[in-house]
Amino acid sequence: MDNLEPDDLELLRNARAGQWEAFETLVTRLEPRVFALSMRLLRQRQDAEDATQQTFIKVMENLDRFREEASVATWVLRIATNHSLTMLRKRRSQRTVQLDMPHDGRADETPMPHPEFIAQWRDDPADLAERSEIKELLGKALDELDEKYRVVFTLRDVEQFSTRETAELIGITESNVKVRLLRARLQLRERLTSTLGDADTQLHPADHHHS
Amino acid sequence: MNCDELLKALNEFVDGDVESSLCQEFKEHLAGCNPCQVVVDNIRKTITLYRDGVPYEMPPELHDRVRECLKAKWKAKFGA
Repeated sequence: MDNLEPDDLELLRNARAGQWEAFETLVTRLEPRVFALSMRLLRQRQDAEDATQQTFIKVMENLDRFREEASVATWVLRIATNHSLTMLRKRRSQRTVQLDMPHDGRADETPMPHPEFIAQWRDDPADLAERSEIKELLGKALDELDEKYRVVFTLRDVEQFSTRETAELIGITESNVKVRLLRARLQLRERLTSTLGDADTQLHPADHHHS
Repeated sequence: MNCDELLKALNEFVDGDVESSLCQEFKEHLAGCNPCQVVVDNIRKTITLYRDGVPYEMPPELHDRVRECLKAKWKAKFGA
């Protein structure tokens, strides 16, 4: 059955030709990913819902502009990302000056934090993913991450955009993307390991030396 | 390569796009450094957990709301 279903590109072409059903199917297929991406970037349900709706309005308005260079999903996720990033910029400009401090780029230049709690996790990611307290933990850890690290982590590691694409979407250099990604990964590792790590296997980096 | 240098090259190693000589140094360090092995493993698991988990289910009422809004705009754009 499955392989008889039209692929995204075919749906998009049919939508372009005016077939509502094709467009509707495409939206149904992609909206969970758009919503999840918007939630990760915006961290507020209402904003993520608005962003999802606005994304597909834009997709509809721009059907003729899709140049078939990337996959339909990538194109739609890019539109969703741009929309969320615009919302984040608006939020930031509404905040007071002092709250805007973390976004001036200086934090990227402070020394890279070192791993502190180092221990094997008690469970495999596959066994963890479905547990509700783990979902909560993942959300909390994302909330605690500075916005600029969260955005890069989401685009690079979750959505798997390339370093270059991520840099273009956000409007920063590729080397900045790499630094922010490393900080995001280290901070999330620390946070998750503090809960998921098995203290019996804890290791202390300060105790060992290399020749 | 020491632990600090490994930390700096961590992204490239985890993403698999490190040039081969650096990759060799990275592997040699890892072979003799248990804490770095665990950190690399933790980071891989962290990424997997975020990438494969679906923590945000699409609310059904949002599905309906988006559909309604799009249908109205579709009519305006393409006619009935």
